[in-house]
Amino acid sequence: MLEIKHLAVAVEGREILHDVTMKIGVGETHVLFGPNGSGKTTLLAAIMGFPKYKVTAGSISFRGKNITKLSLDERARLGIGMSFQRPPVVRGVKTRDMVAACLRGRGDGEIIERLAEKTDLTDFMEREINYGFSGGEIKRSEMMQLLAQKPELALLDEPESGVDLENIALIGSLINELLEKDCPIVDRKCMGLIITHTGHILDYVDARTGYVMCQGRIGCEGDPHEILKNIKQKGYEECTQCLVRRFH
Amino acid sequence: MSEVKTSRTHRDKAEAAAEKPAALGQDVDLDSYVASAEEPAYQADPSGLPAPAKEQMLGAGVMLDDLSQRSGTYIQMDNTPVHSSVREEGVEVMPVSQALAKYDWMADYWWQAVAVDADKYTANVELGQHDGYFIRALPGQKTVFPVQACLYMSQARLQQNVHNIVIAEEGSELHIITGCTTGSGNDPGLHLGVSEFYIKKGAKVTFTMIHSWNPEVAVRPRTAAVVEEDGLFLSNYVLMKPVHSLQMYPSARCVGERATVRYNSILVAPEGSSLDVGARATLEAKGARTEIISRAITTGGSIIARGYIEGSAPEVKGHLECRGLILEGGGTIHAIPELKGNLAGIDLSHEAAVGKIAEEEVEYLMSRGLSRTEATATIVRGFIRVDIEGLPPTLGAELERAIEASEKELM
Repeated sequence: MLEIKHLAVAVEGREILHDVTMKIGVGETHVLFGPNGSGKTTLLAAIMGFPKYKVTAGSISFRGKNITKLSLDERARLGIGMSFQRPPVVRGVKTRDMVAACLRGRGDGEIIERLAEKTDLTDFMEREINYGFSGGEIKRSEMMQLLAQKPELALLDEPESGVDLENIALIGSLINELLEKDCPIVDRKCMGLIITHTGHILDYVDARTGYVMCQGRIGCEGDPHEILKNIKQKGYEECTQCLVRRFH
Repeated sequence: MSEVKTSRTHRDKAEAAAEKPAALGQDVDLDSYVASAEEPAYQADPSGLPAPAKEQMLGAGVMLDDLSQRSGTYIQMDNTPVHSSVREEGVEVMPVSQALAKYDWMADYWWQAVAVDADKYTANVELGQHDGYFIRALPGQKTVFPVQACLYMSQARLQQNVHNIVIAEEGSELHIITGCTTGSGNDPGLHLGVSEFYIKKGAKVTFTMIHSWNPEVAVRPRTAAVVEEDGLFLSNYVLMKPVHSLQMYPSARCVGERATVRYNSILVAPEGSSLDVGARATLEAKGARTEIISRAITTGGSIIARGYIEGSAPEVKGHLECRGLILEGGGTIHAIPELKGNLAGIDLSHEAAVGKIAEEEVEYLMSRGLSRTEATATIVRGFIRVDIEGLPPTLGAELERAIEASEKELM
């Protein structure tokens, strides 16, 4: 289980997230909606443990352990994985090297080939990671790395942004595999927290709970499809106004 | 010590240039070094060489216990050749003194690519020659395994003056791995190595040189290649161990149509190392091509990474890529890429970058579960692992091994 309690996060001395509370049960997928700049990526980065994102109040617990003070790599090794919206290019490091690193000795070359095939990246394995990759290729490469990493909590940052329709279906099926959607709910181990601005990913991936984040706060929580319907009808402006009425 | 036959003209020119300072690099006082008085015995079986020496040579890519993956072997210890042999037909490997005695036509190659009076180091090699290797692939002969050569320095204050000649006759293919190294101590020494390469029409030479010196050795190689029509010269240079001072600026002239030259250099300078290393190519015939790639890492030492491409014929193409990484410990990297074009329609380009490892990249790898140290090592390994096109798989694997062995020290 992931449990976030009254979390406040600051970046370069400025508080971005305020009093965020959230609980994701084992095997559950949650979706976080919100306009650009609302703090969604900050939340994922804080859960993942990027040093730039300082927790100034509250706590993050994962699998019953308080991980608020654990380093980025310790959290990754504990079972938290993240797909980046805009990952950096690492010159000289091949895609294959990254997948092998994610496997951490759990698999061999054959597994890497299968993952490459599954993500339609066979021709990219000898290329430098993310160098000259299109939007869709980046997302597929991120999913391939997560499938190799096999996290128990997958943090997915805008998995559909910059991806054409054909690729969204593939990304969706890869997310479903990662989140073990073909298993009965009680048997699923992997939790998912998906950030989406447009909500398109919900056409491909089912989620149990949705949240709206505006101005660094969770505005509401509920059925993700219902929330998305509201957002489509009234836009994020309505959500922002709602938050302003409640918190100011 | 072998006597090397040489002409009066070369000697006169050398004498005139005996005090001529080099255009680049700190001046080395030649009077601080001496020639070896000892003459190690010839070894018919190089596996019989002392184990510590073999270990040092192995660190520079030269394997003596199993020659089955080699088409030929040349070993020189201090100032004396101690072994030369050939295992594959169509290749000649011998001390250069022997080649000079055997072939009258050696005059056509001797000091023809490198000027004997270029500086006091070339002059000194001529005036006090300590042999060197002669490697030749006969016309149309394509070797499967590389020829290996080792220039080994064991004595304190030794000056090693070698003159090497490599000839790939028309349509031949030759792979060479050269390891230059010292004994296990940190004795001062000076290595002066002249190497002249002649790549004839349609021939291909891959030359991989691994330097593994010690922090007290000064090194001044003087290398030049002449590449004829449709010839290919692929030169790889790896220096990952400390060295006191190294200055070299090998050059290649593409004199035949579609001649191609590629240089790859991997340079690491720990504190106390001073490197001034470059590569130069002149594209003098239609359709000639070159690519010069260097990766420089400093952990406290100083590196000048030079590159020069000159195009003076139609449809030539050249690219220079110079990337430097400053790791913890500081140091300096000074990249000096130069391009010169003398004709419309030529295509010359360069890119140079010097910096530190981006924190964002380290964190990206850490988010996959790698520790900070593992992430940094992965990025550094990626940085120095240049994909070398055209290298035979066995040589590629060995180069990789040599790099891996040195990486441990780097980290």
